[in-house]
Amino acid sequence: MTDYVSTCSREVLLGRARLYAVIRAFFDDRSVLEVETPLLSHRTVTDPMLAAFESRYQAAGNSQDSLLYLQTSPEFAMKRLLASGVGSIFQITKAFRNGEIGRYHNPEFTLLEWYRVGFNLEELQNEVEVLFGQILEAFNLRFTVARTTYSEIFEQYVRLHPLEASLDALKARAEESGFHDAQALCGDNRAHWLDFLFSCLIQPKLPSDCLMMVSRYPGLLPSLARKVQDDERWVERVELFLGGMELGNGFYELTDPVEQEQRFLQDLAVRKREGLISPVMDDRLIKALRLGLPDCSGIAIGLDRLLMILTRSSRVEDVLAFPFLRA
Amino acid sequence: MATVSTSEFKGGLKLMMDGDPYTILENEFVKPGKGQAFNRVKLRNLKSGRVIERTFKSGDTVETADVVDTDMQYLYSDGEMWHFMVSETFEQYAADEAAVADAKKWLKEQDECQVTLYNGVPIAVTPPNFVELKIVETDPGVRGDTSGGGGKPATLETGAVVRVPLFISTDEIIKVDTRTGEYVSRVK
Repeated sequence: MTDYVSTCSREVLLGRARLYAVIRAFFDDRSVLEVETPLLSHRTVTDPMLAAFESRYQAAGNSQDSLLYLQTSPEFAMKRLLASGVGSIFQITKAFRNGEIGRYHNPEFTLLEWYRVGFNLEELQNEVEVLFGQILEAFNLRFTVARTTYSEIFEQYVRLHPLEASLDALKARAEESGFHDAQALCGDNRAHWLDFLFSCLIQPKLPSDCLMMVSRYPGLLPSLARKVQDDERWVERVELFLGGMELGNGFYELTDPVEQEQRFLQDLAVRKREGLISPVMDDRLIKALRLGLPDCSGIAIGLDRLLMILTRSSRVEDVLAFPFLRA
Repeated sequence: MATVSTSEFKGGLKLMMDGDPYTILENEFVKPGKGQAFNRVKLRNLKSGRVIERTFKSGDTVETADVVDTDMQYLYSDGEMWHFMVSETFEQYAADEAAVADAKKWLKEQDECQVTLYNGVPIAVTPPNFVELKIVETDPGVRGDTSGGGGKPATLETGAVVRVPLFISTDEIIKVDTRTGEYVSRVK
């Protein structure tokens, strides 16, 4: 086994360095501050769909050790910084998700995450478009950008309304598309069905040379987005797709500490019901929200996946110096 | 009975499903950022050759199939059966057309292949990852073109047709990746 050598080409390594340089110059031009937050934290996400790596801190000469988590995203820490009034911020950082490995997944990966104080989701999308244009230019590539809403794209490809169609209609659509065993996977959970149909019937069919921004997500899994003002069935969330891959996820951020705490508690109830481990919720984020999170929008973009597209690599391990199995 | 979890899924793994042995062709881990993880798996039924797609919830376990892969030398085909031999024991096995399936277009006599035995009967044949085969027919080469963009079709001695760069000509021997069916290089 030659597991000690890197299979990543020099060209890709150079590509990563160039990508980071373009991003840093972009935010420098706009006076968005580059920050660093801890990878290792005493608190973690409650989201039932995310599993954090656990680690133990051992105090010298003390038998008591404490449980720490590697971050699944820098979101909570960055919001705590925002609440202390630093203004717009960005960071390029590692994030870790347990159990996620595959063609598009490495358990340790790199995110670009940024928050713009005073921006709504549309303004943030405008900025994404400009940044994306600058990155493509640096790589001599040309892609188009399109914006749509979740219900629009869902109706276009699945021919059903994501919220108004009955569960049976969603199931029948999966069945006739050849996914006979999706029932075992999704049960009677509409959020699971929507994710499944989106992943299997929409994502693979999206154009490969167009950055698709899908906004107004169903509020079934609202996480940290605020509700749409004129229709509370939806949340102010945007997802980016390119070349069949999910590339980014952004929110017009929820600033209400009461609602945030309720969502954490709901997450924990789901975790309990499904027999998952129940971490302590991040009370520091709740306290920071009480102190006051400024009106802001934020987004995270997977840089490894973006680099896959920029370097025409077909697997995530092709853009990592040492992917998980060689790490 | 041995079982494996979806996290151990990979191409070539043999599974038992609905009483039939299957081999995994492709395994794709799917995980929407805020959604449930699952594996989309393409499998070939080792008895019928039929390819199916299945989804498994990540973390589910599946029974493995008691199927043995054995290295054998390809001897010859009598038109109906393809004959193989285990080099160490001289034991011979005959595989039918359903078992050799797509592999037959890469089989050259004396090449080492992997033959999959289920209850002692060949049910699948995997050719070597790389084979060196002679071109029996292709359009005349275009002088000076070494870019290879696009290429042209070439028929090989085994009947397989692959795309080759324009500078390759008839009677040359080329190296082909049988997993993708793609031209790799010219063999000097």
